[in-house]
Amino acid sequence: MADLVKFTIDGRELEVPAGTLVIEAAKHAGIEIPSFCYYEGYSLQAACRMCLVEVEKMPKMQVACTLPVAPGMVVRTDTPQVANARKYTLEFLLTNHPLDCPVCDKGGECELQDMVFRYGAGESRFTETKIHVDEQQWSPVVFYDAPRCILCFRCVRACDEGMGVGALGVVNRGAVSLIAPNEGDHLNCDECGQCIDICPVGALTSGAYRYQTRPWEMEHIGTICTHCSNGCKTTLGVRNDVVIRGNNRDRSGINGEFLCIKGRYAFDFNDNPERVTSPMIRVDGKLVETSWSKALAAIAEKFNAFKGPNRKFGIIGSNHTTNEENYYLQKFARQCLGTNNIDHHRTGDVVTLVDSLSGTTGQLATTQDFYDRKAFLIIGADLAIQQPFLSFQIRANKRHHDAKIFVVTPAPVREDEYAVKSVRKSAGAELEALAELREALAAQPDLVILFNDSIKGAAIRDLVAFGQSLGIPVKYCPLVDYSNSRGAIDMGLVPELLPGYQASGATGMTVEEMRKATHMDALWVIGANPLKAGPLAAKFAFVVVQDMFMTETAQRADVLLPAGSAYEKNGTVTNVCGEIQRQKRAISTIGAKPDLEIIGLIAKEMGFAPQMGPWLPDIVYNEIRRTVKGYDIPLAMVSMGAQQTMPVNGRVGVESRPDLIWSAHDNLFTSGTLGRYSKILNSVIEKRSDPGSDWSHSGGDLNSPDKEETVRQ
Amino acid sequence: MLYNQPNPLEVRILSRRFGLPNSHTIETYLATDGYKALEKAMGMTQDEIINEVKASGLRGRGGAGFPTGMKWSFVPRQSPKPKYIMVNADESEPGTCKDRLLIEYDPHQMIEGILIAGLAVGAEQGYIYIRGEYRYLIDIVDRAIDEACARGFLGDNVMGRGKKFHLATHSGAGAYECGEESALLESFEGKRGVPRIRPPFPAVAGAYQSPTVLNNVETFCSVPPIILQGGAYFAGLGTPKNGGTRFFCLSGHINKPGVYELPMGFNLMRMINEVGGGMRNGKKLKAVIPGGSSCPVLKADECDLAMDFDTLAKANSMLGSGGVVVMDEDTCMVKAALRIMRFYAHESCGWCIPCREGTTWLRKLLTRFHEGQGTRSDIILIGDLARNMLGRTFCPLGDAAALPTISIVEKFTDEFEAHLNGEPCPYDKTSRLVTA
Repeated sequence: MADLVKFTIDGRELEVPAGTLVIEAAKHAGIEIPSFCYYEGYSLQAACRMCLVEVEKMPKMQVACTLPVAPGMVVRTDTPQVANARKYTLEFLLTNHPLDCPVCDKGGECELQDMVFRYGAGESRFTETKIHVDEQQWSPVVFYDAPRCILCFRCVRACDEGMGVGALGVVNRGAVSLIAPNEGDHLNCDECGQCIDICPVGALTSGAYRYQTRPWEMEHIGTICTHCSNGCKTTLGVRNDVVIRGNNRDRSGINGEFLCIKGRYAFDFNDNPERVTSPMIRVDGKLVETSWSKALAAIAEKFNAFKGPNRKFGIIGSNHTTNEENYYLQKFARQCLGTNNIDHHRTGDVVTLVDSLSGTTGQLATTQDFYDRKAFLIIGADLAIQQPFLSFQIRANKRHHDAKIFVVTPAPVREDEYAVKSVRKSAGAELEALAELREALAAQPDLVILFNDSIKGAAIRDLVAFGQSLGIPVKYCPLVDYSNSRGAIDMGLVPELLPGYQASGATGMTVEEMRKATHMDALWVIGANPLKAGPLAAKFAFVVVQDMFMTETAQRADVLLPAGSAYEKNGTVTNVCGEIQRQKRAISTIGAKPDLEIIGLIAKEMGFAPQMGPWLPDIVYNEIRRTVKGYDIPLAMVSMGAQQTMPVNGRVGVESRPDLIWSAHDNLFTSGTLGRYSKILNSVIEKRSDPGSDWSHSGGDLNSPDKEETVRQ
Repeated sequence: MLYNQPNPLEVRILSRRFGLPNSHTIETYLATDGYKALEKAMGMTQDEIINEVKASGLRGRGGAGFPTGMKWSFVPRQSPKPKYIMVNADESEPGTCKDRLLIEYDPHQMIEGILIAGLAVGAEQGYIYIRGEYRYLIDIVDRAIDEACARGFLGDNVMGRGKKFHLATHSGAGAYECGEESALLESFEGKRGVPRIRPPFPAVAGAYQSPTVLNNVETFCSVPPIILQGGAYFAGLGTPKNGGTRFFCLSGHINKPGVYELPMGFNLMRMINEVGGGMRNGKKLKAVIPGGSSCPVLKADECDLAMDFDTLAKANSMLGSGGVVVMDEDTCMVKAALRIMRFYAHESCGWCIPCREGTTWLRKLLTRFHEGQGTRSDIILIGDLARNMLGRTFCPLGDAAALPTISIVEKFTDEFEAHLNGEPCPYDKTSRLVTA
């Protein structure tokens, strides 16, 4: 804890840690010192001059954003001189600002508007000609309207320091200075949209949101992004049951303000015209629309006929559905349908890690650890591309706390640039590099080891043995693919495990076995696309699919039920770090139903309603709390923010199946089957792959494997 | 640039080799006490050198007038990082053209001063950041560096005494802002030329965040005479706290414009009349910019004063960089204000709002005003806008734009009022201030 320093601001005596900037100290005292360029977490600029304050014994006004509090310092923010400085700095700012607020996306939530309203002048003395520059489109996502730009350089820093991309810069000088993209007339970047949301005015606007709505017409619902496993909170702006925007400007949630292109824009699959909106049933070889009651009756009849120990009934669950849905599904499978043939696409070997950590001091890392811990060993993954929030956290950690980063990957990664050491090893051979890193790692005060699907089974045991032999506190993070990949394992969506990593003691079929078996009586697929890998071998199996889209799997359905998207339902999901968070329903949809409700309706139709209990997410969650090891966290606490499920203590009774574990290695612009239905992701991919386009991506595929073994120090 | 005829009133210390044949060569330099100060400094401790400079009363010749010896003493003795000597040869202040003479006619004097500064703070590497427009000077300095290397004054074993010192030139790219020390360092490091937040000051974290001595060319050139002849001697040439001689760049409506080395504290009226040969065509003096375009102007009746840092500060102006611009009775002061503002609006780096927007607004306003389209309230507005920039900008460029504007609009309000009749400038027929 830093020493405390006493100082006075506007007549109030405050005590703050030494080194605190006056602007921050004031904020904690409830005194607003306006600023544009000052932005917590990014480098200081002192460029906008809005935060000028009077400091006793200093002849000139001082900028509060670079001035650390000193003992006995007397600061005044409420004097006529300060008010005057703010007013006339704003007057300067407005001279070349177009004041096109009525048609500006930012109108209503614009920091410049707010500042002028509070501190500015009611009239302008500027009667000269304003500078005009035409609007530019830099990417499918990013538009730049230079006249609105106040040159606070927030975007430049967010891109450079925050994202590690550095795609934005400044050209020209003086009043004709402009923000400029890295490829001349367009951007080659992550398309994360941070620059747009951090823009205090409407200079940077998004291709997904611009001219769609006025901000005050939207409701704002905070939920969890359904794409990757990082579990970022995204606050959806919803108007008339249409999601118009995603951001997290209030910095609630584990990710603060961070979102990648998927969390910020790729909610748009929701409104894809290809959404299945009605139940469908196969009649004469063709899927035709039907009613829910007829579809459910048909399913119940077949399911009742095919349930029981002597039948081959297979169930494939999802990496995206909620914990409640997964729990409810496996309960229904095991207790009502009498089958253990339940599986999902496993993307990381959490099971072996949990098992090998039992009895050791090793723990699972939280997303906060990625910002707080002192050292990181990244194995296998191109973090910035595959786990963008974790990568963002590590970058912030490096910037703020000088975290030490070690990289062992098959190809160059963004982390190389600030890594203490980067080693190239081909996928699966990464652990060969550990010996040469041992000494450097053991010298760190603590460590987080994160690894992707190239480390599984016995390799994880070796890795944990290595980590635990370093003699420092080590935390681990097994990287997985999707929003509830972790929860699917936790909830027992595998034959060998019941929820909470309890051995099921029974055998069951895996995804591949179900797909390849020549005889299956029934196959029930909930939010997954196993037939993307190949056709179903069992020609006469009765197939029920719950999905949003006509995927390869849905096309094979005998009954297809329209499922609600992640943004149309309530429930909880567990992220890559085992943190449980609440998904909140943002919109209601006609036609589709949440998977939990569909499972409940099938159970009811089959006469299992009493065993299964109500299909209300909160009630199912309370059952999870009571029965699933590690999940005894009150819903109220989950609602308040991410809570890490208790690291499982005790051996897992069965071996994991490393042969079944593979990651889809999605990049920033893909998201499994779901990503195919996002217009914004597709538009970026198209722009980059079209050689005729001015925007063709010259740097090669972001994910291109480069197997060259080089060692960089 | 041709060196003007010297004037008998000059005290030629730094310019004593000007006019000698091949004054820029090491042969001429060595024949006229060249590198003797370095030899003497080799036998002195770091403290002794710094104390000698302190005793000389030498103040930074770039414009701010910070005591040089004190600046050097801020450089930490022990540093895990290398220390650097950085020469600010980005001479861009309108009205100022002294450094180019010092470099063109006596580059070795500057190099010797840099070497002594290196000894004083323990630096082994120096860089000369030369204004891009001074392309021909870069060649002169590079040749001088080669000569000094060949004679063992630069290199791994300076004068055979086991000390290392290397020197290189670095070209600016045409931005006035890069004459500001922290923007110079950014530019030097290959970044956009915008100023840095200070503290830390360059003495602690300058080039590559390492301790750096950053001084003007004339400052470094003053060092060899100080070491050779003693700080007390140098101090005695000027007025108290304003040691030595100073290069004054006389320009404007006088008979003998040129660069003259005069003792600090030389009277401005004498400078105009006796050194500058008096007003051209017998016109009356109207105003003087005493130290480059950043300084508030002096009216004719304010010009009877000693040209040193403190006297000019008392007169609410600045000695600045020594650029004395003399304006006669036919000069349109609105046009003068406009000319100055055009410069600053063009050169504002764009980093901070008041300077970026204020200079452009004022340029547009003054243009309109000068064309006869101004209103009475614009006169108040001009002063207001300048005052709203003053003291609120990131770096001194904003003040540099505001100060002359405020002084002109306050001291020559009547000329502004004379522009209010809707006609073009009343002076335009006679004004001889060249516009660019």
